[in-house]
Amino acid sequence: MRLLLPLPVLLPLGAAALSILVGRSRRWQRIISITTLTTVVGLAVAILVETDRDGIVATQAGGWPAPLGISLVADRFSAIMLVIAALMMLAVVVFAIGQPGAERNHVGFQSVYLVLAAGVNASFLTGDMFNLFVAIEMMLTASYVLITLGGRLDQVRSGMTYVVISLVASVLFLAALAFTYTATGTMNMAVLSSAIADLPEGLQGGLAGLFLVVFGIKAGLFPLYFWLPDSYPTAPSPVTAIFAGLLTKVGVYAIIRTQTLLFPGVLPTWLVMAVAGATMVVGVFGAIAQDDVKRILSFHIVSQIGYMIMGFGVATVTGLAGAIFYMVHHIVVKTALFLSGGLIEHAGGSSRLSKLGDMVRSAPAIAVVFLIPALSLAGMPPFSGFVAKLALLDAAAGVGQWAIFGAAVLTSLLTLFSMSKIGVGVFWSPATEAAEHAVAAPDAARSRLGAPAMMYVPTALLATAALAIGVFAGPLLDLSERAATDLVHVEPYVAAVLGDDAPATTSAPEGGGR
Amino acid sequence: MSVLMAATAAILFALGTYLLLQRKLSRIIIGIGLLGHGANVLFVNAGRRGRAPLIGSADPDTFADPMPQALVLTAIVISFGVTALLLALAYRSWVLTEDDEVADDVEDRSVAKEGFADSELEDEAALVADLESSTEDDEPAPIQREVGEGVAP
Repeated sequence: MRLLLPLPVLLPLGAAALSILVGRSRRWQRIISITTLTTVVGLAVAILVETDRDGIVATQAGGWPAPLGISLVADRFSAIMLVIAALMMLAVVVFAIGQPGAERNHVGFQSVYLVLAAGVNASFLTGDMFNLFVAIEMMLTASYVLITLGGRLDQVRSGMTYVVISLVASVLFLAALAFTYTATGTMNMAVLSSAIADLPEGLQGGLAGLFLVVFGIKAGLFPLYFWLPDSYPTAPSPVTAIFAGLLTKVGVYAIIRTQTLLFPGVLPTWLVMAVAGATMVVGVFGAIAQDDVKRILSFHIVSQIGYMIMGFGVATVTGLAGAIFYMVHHIVVKTALFLSGGLIEHAGGSSRLSKLGDMVRSAPAIAVVFLIPALSLAGMPPFSGFVAKLALLDAAAGVGQWAIFGAAVLTSLLTLFSMSKIGVGVFWSPATEAAEHAVAAPDAARSRLGAPAMMYVPTALLATAALAIGVFAGPLLDLSERAATDLVHVEPYVAAVLGDDAPATTSAPEGGGR
Repeated sequence: MSVLMAATAAILFALGTYLLLQRKLSRIIIGIGLLGHGANVLFVNAGRRGRAPLIGSADPDTFADPMPQALVLTAIVISFGVTALLLALAYRSWVLTEDDEVADDVEDRSVAKEGFADSELEDEAALVADLESSTEDDEPAPIQREVGEGVAP
C-alpha cells in the first residue's frame, strides 16, 4: 500500500516523458494518456478504500526518516480529492481528443497535460510544505503552457496576467516558507503542526495570514480573484474545464490542509467568514454582468469558492464535511459546465450570449447536458448542489453564523438567475444573430448533434455523475464527515508521518502484505 | 540572519515590487526576477550559519544548515524555467503587437461601458427594430470587435 502512494505522481510524469518521445504519433500519445490516467483513477480508488478502512497512510520518499525525507501522506481528504481529480483528468482528456483544436494541433498538449496531472496529484499527497511548493509550481508551470496554447493575442495578454500573478503568489509562498523555516527549522507538516503551536501568538497569526494570502491567490478568494475570470476563458475549452475544476480547488485544499493542520484556530472566524461572504456575493454579481458563457462560468468559480471557505470557517466537523462534500460536487459540476460550454462554443461558433440562440432546437442534447449541472450549481433540490449547500447551511446555522447563512442563500438565488441567463441566451432566444454568426464561422461543424461524440460522452458522463452525487449523497456525506474528523483531530496524522509511533507500525504489516 | 542580508532581501523586494507595477512587460519580468531573488536570499538565511556541511570535514555542530540551501536551489531552478517561459511570452506579445505594454482586458471594458446586464432587453429591442424595418442598426459593431478574439477552430 505504501508503495502505491508515489505512483499517482510518478506515473503521469513518466508518461509525460514517454509522450514526448512518441510525439510524431498522436494515436500513441492518446493511448499513453488514457492508459495512464485510467491507471491513476484505479490507484486513487485503491488509496481511498485503503485509507477509509485502515486510516492514514504515509511513506517517506527516498527512504529518509520523516523530518528529513519528503513525506507523502494520504488521509481520507486527500484520497477523496485524488479520486475526483483523477476522474476529471480522464474525462477532460477524452473531451480534448474529441474536440478539433488544441489537442490535435499541438504536439506538447498530452505531455503537458500529464505533468499538470502529476502536479495536482502531488499537491494532494504531499506532507511537506516545500514539496507542496514544488507540486504547485509543477502544476502551475504546466498550466502556463496550456493557457497560452495557440499563442493568440488575447491568450498572450490574459496568460501574461495569469503567469505574473501566479509568480507573485509563488514568491510570497517562498517567503512564507522562509519565515516558517526560520521560526521552526523544519518543513515537514507533521512536525510543523506541533512546532508552530509553540510559537508566539502574533507570529502564528502572521504566518497563518501569509499562507491564507498565498493560497487565496491560487484559489481566487475575494480581494485576490480578479485574475481568474480574465484569464480562464481565453484558453481552449478542455483546458478551461480542467483549470476550473481542479486548479482553484488545489488552492482551497491547501488552505484547508495548512490551516487545520498547522494553524488550527489561529485565524479569527469573522475574518474567514467576511472573506467567504464577499467572495460569494462579488463573484455572483460579476457573473450576472457578463455576456460570455465562459466568463459567466468563470465568475461562478469565484463565487463557489466562497462556499468552501465558509465551510472551512465554520471549523466544526459538520462544517468541514460540508466543505469537502461541496468541493467534490463543485469539481464535477464545474467541469461538466465548462465542457458543455465547450460544446456550445463548438456547435454555435461563439460563446457570447448576444450571438447565440435557439440551440434548444439546433442542438437539444447540449441543452440537457448543460441543464443538469447548471441546476445543480444553483442548488436545485434533486441535484448534488442542493445536498452540498444544505450541509453547509446546516453547519453554519449550527454555530449561529446567520450573516453568512443569508449571504449563501442570496448567492444561490443569484446563481440560478445567472444560469437562467445562459439558458435563455443560448437555448431559447430567437436565432437571428446565431444564424448571422454561422455565416461568419463556417468552420463550426454542424450536424444533428452539433459536436463529435467524443465530446459528448465525457460531458454526459459528468452530468450523470452530478446526478449520482445527489442520489448517493448519504454515503458520500458520511465519508466527508469521516474525512473532516481526520482534519479536526490531527494526532493520527502526525503519528502516521513520524513513523516511530504505534499507529504507523500497525498499518505497516498490512501494507507489506499487499 | 544578519542585518546586511535582511537589508539585501528588503531592497530586492522593494525594487521588485516597484518594477512589477510598471506597464512594460520587460520591466515586469525583471521585477519578478528581483522578487524571486529577494525570497531566495531570505530563505538562504533561514538556517544556521557555519562551515560548509561536508561529512568528515569538521565537527557537525559547526556546520551550516544545508537544508535551506538545498531548498533554495530547487526554487532557483523553478524560477529559472518560469522566467524563460515569461520571456518567450513577452517575445510572442512583441511579435503580435510590436509593443511590450500589457493591454487592458477588452471584455472587461466592454462590460463596463455597454452594460451587458440588460442584453436580453437589448436583444428584444434589436428584434423589434428588425421586425419594424429590415435595415440593420448598429449591431455589426460588436461582431467586428470580435474578429481578433477568434473561436477555437
